[in-house]
Amino acid sequence: MLSIRNLKAAIEDKEILKGISLEVKPGEVHAIMGPNGSGKSTLAQVLAGHPFYEATEGDIEFQGKDLLDLDPNERAGEGLFLGFQYPVEIPGVSNTYFLRNALNAILEYREEEPMDALTFKKLLKEKMEVVGMKDELLKRPVNTGFSGGEKKRNEIFQLLVLNPKLAILDETDSGLDIDALKVVSDGVNNFRNEENGVVLVTHYQRLLNYIQPDFVHVLMEGKIVRSGGKELALELEERGYDWLREEVN
Amino acid sequence: MSEESTLADLQEYTDTDYKWGFTTDIEQDTVAKGLNEDVIRFISKKKNEPEFLLDFRLEAFRYWQTLEEPEWAKVHYPKIDYQDISYYSEPKKKELKSLDEVDPELLETYNKLGIPLEEQKMLAGVAVDAVFDSVSIKTTFQEQLKDAGVIFCSFSEAAHDHPELIKKYLGKVVPYKDNYFATLNSAVFTDGSFVYIPKGVRCPMELSTYFRINAAGTGQFERTLIVAEDDSYVSYLEGCTAPQRDENQLHAAVVELIAFDRAEIKYSTVQNWYPGDKEGKGGIYNFVTKRGRCDGESSKISWTQVETGSAITWKYPSCILRGDNSVGEFYSVAMTNNFQQADTGTKMVHIGKNTKSTIISKGISAGRSDNSYRGLVRATKGASGARNYSQCDSLLIGDQCGAHTFPYIDVHNTSTSVEHEATTSKISEDQLFYLQQRGIDEEDAISMVVNGFCKEVLNELPMEFAVEARKLLAISLEGSVG
Repeated sequence: MLSIRNLKAAIEDKEILKGISLEVKPGEVHAIMGPNGSGKSTLAQVLAGHPFYEATEGDIEFQGKDLLDLDPNERAGEGLFLGFQYPVEIPGVSNTYFLRNALNAILEYREEEPMDALTFKKLLKEKMEVVGMKDELLKRPVNTGFSGGEKKRNEIFQLLVLNPKLAILDETDSGLDIDALKVVSDGVNNFRNEENGVVLVTHYQRLLNYIQPDFVHVLMEGKIVRSGGKELALELEERGYDWLREEVN
Repeated sequence: MSEESTLADLQEYTDTDYKWGFTTDIEQDTVAKGLNEDVIRFISKKKNEPEFLLDFRLEAFRYWQTLEEPEWAKVHYPKIDYQDISYYSEPKKKELKSLDEVDPELLETYNKLGIPLEEQKMLAGVAVDAVFDSVSIKTTFQEQLKDAGVIFCSFSEAAHDHPELIKKYLGKVVPYKDNYFATLNSAVFTDGSFVYIPKGVRCPMELSTYFRINAAGTGQFERTLIVAEDDSYVSYLEGCTAPQRDENQLHAAVVELIAFDRAEIKYSTVQNWYPGDKEGKGGIYNFVTKRGRCDGESSKISWTQVETGSAITWKYPSCILRGDNSVGEFYSVAMTNNFQQADTGTKMVHIGKNTKSTIISKGISAGRSDNSYRGLVRATKGASGARNYSQCDSLLIGDQCGAHTFPYIDVHNTSTSVEHEATTSKISEDQLFYLQQRGIDEEDAISMVVNGFCKEVLNELPMEFAVEARKLLAISLEGSVG
C-alpha cells in the first residue's frame, strides 16, 4: 500500500533524508528505529506532508496515488494517519467537535455520506473503552491541558475512531510510564488487521515487546542502514547503535 | 515548502470578497451634501420633531463647530470633509402599515441579508426594527410587545409618541458634549431604535435591529436608547451591513443604555459594514459611542460584539457602574483583514460599592491590518470592594499585520482589585497541520482555530446570532485556496 523509492527530503535546504526506500504491504507492521537526529521523525512528517519539509527527490506511492501530489488533508482522506510525537493543543475546540469534523471531512473526501450523530456517539463510546479514555476528555478542548500520557492516549483514540489504512506512529511510546505504554500498545494491536499497515517510529525496543513488528529498519544519517526481523531490535537493545555505525562506515 | 511560502498561502486565505456589497436600486430622497443649521432644521422638520429635539440638535451642532477631530486612536485615514456628506437619505414612499407595502426591492435586499423580517424568522421569536439608511422601515411584533408593556420602535416614532421619555433620557448617558463624533451624531442623527422595558418585565423575546447603509455619499447617524426599569430584563441584538462602494462612508452612531435597580440589559452586535477592498479602497468609517449606565443597585449591563467589518472601527462600548453591586461586562471579537484598522475596547468606571466588571477581548489580525485593544478600568474613591478582570488575547494570521494592547488602569481606593491578562499568539503552522492531518482542509482548519480562539465570546451571543457570527468569521477568512 505504501511504496517509498529513493526519497530525499530537506528542511530549509538542509538535506535530512538521503535516499530512503521502503515497502509496506497490508497486514504488516514496520518499526523504524535509529539514534536521535537520524531522520526518523522527518520521514514521518514528510509522509504526512508537513509544509516545512520539502521532498527533493524520489517518489512515494500510496494506495496507487502519488502521495507527494496530495495536500495533507487529502493524504488523510486516502487513509494515512500520523500519530504525533508532540500532539498539538487547539484551545476552544472540543475533542468531540474536532473528531466529528475530521471524520466527516474524510468521508466527504471519499464521497461517502457523513456519519449521523447517533452512530458517531456509539463509535466514540466503543473506542473510548478500548483506550480507557475518560468521558470528560472528550468535552475538553483538543489536547489542551492534557498530561503527556493523556495526549498520547488521545492520539491512539483518534486512530481508532478514524480507522485509517496506514498508521504512522511517531514516538508514541516516548514519555509514557509502563501502564500507559500498555494502553497505547493495546490500542494499536486492536487497530491492526490484515488490511491495514502500521509504521512505528521509535527510539526504544521496549514498545516492540508489546507490538510485534514484522520488519525492523534502522535509520542513520538519513538512510536505512539495515533491515531485519524482530531480532534486529533485540540486538540493538543489547549493543546500542555504535557497532552498526562502525560497520556501515 | 518553506515557511515563507506557507505564510503566503495563509495570506491567500485572508484575501476574500465582501458578500454583502450589493446596492439596492430604489428611489431615495437625499438631502444635498453639506452641514449647516438649515440642514439640521430640515432633518428635524422632515421628522416632525418636538421643539426640544431641534434645540438639542442645534446646541450640539454649535458646540461641534468648536471641536477638533480627535487623533489619539491608532488609526490613520485622510481628513474627512464633513461638507461632502449628505446627512439625510430615505427611500421614497413611506408610511408603511404592513410588510406588503414594503418596496419589494427592499425586501429582496433584506432577503439577501438574511434579515429575520419574514414569517419563518418571526416564528423564531425575533422582533425586528430595520433601519435602512436614515429611516426605520418596519417594526415587527409590535402587538405582542405592547401587551407586555414593552416599547420597541424607531427613534422617530418614540419622539412623537413618547416625547416625555425621550426628553428624560436622551443624552443622559452620552451627553452631546461627550466627544467629537457623539456631538456630530447629536446634531444630525436621523433614526435608530428606542426600547423601554417597564418595571418587573422580562422582555418576552430578543429585540433586534438591522442597519444598512445603501445610498452613495451619505452618512449614517443612528441613535439607540434603551431604558430598563427596576427588575426588568432585555436582550437586544443589532446587525449591520453596507454596499460595496469606492468612497469611504461615515457611520457615527450613539447608543445609550440605562439600567435601574436589578435590571439587566444584554446588548449584542454583529458588525459587518463594508471593510473596503483588498487594496484598502472604500469601506465604512465606523466611529461609534456606546455607553451604558448601571444606575440601580445590582443592575447589570453586558456588551457582546463581533466586529468583522468597516475600514476603520473606533468604538468603546462602556459601562458606568454607579449602583452598588452593579455588574458590567464586555465580550469582544474584533477581526481585521487586508487594510482594515480597528481601535476598540471598553471603559469600565466603578463608582458604586462592590461593583464588578469583566472584560474579555479577542483580536484577530490578518492581511496588513492593524488591530488595537484600548481599555480603561477606573475605580473612584467610593468604589470600595470593586473588582475587575480583564483578558485581552490577540491572534495574528500571517506576518504583515499588527496587534496592540493599551490597557489604562486608574484606581483611587485601596480595596479595589484589578486583574489584567494579555496574550499574543500567531496562528501556528503546527495547529493547522495537525487539523489537516486529520482530514480537515486548510480553510476549515483556520476557521476552526479562530472559532476556538473566540469561543468564550461567541458563547455569550444568543444562539441564532452565534451561528451567524461563526459563519461570518469563516467567510471573512475564506479565500482562494491554491
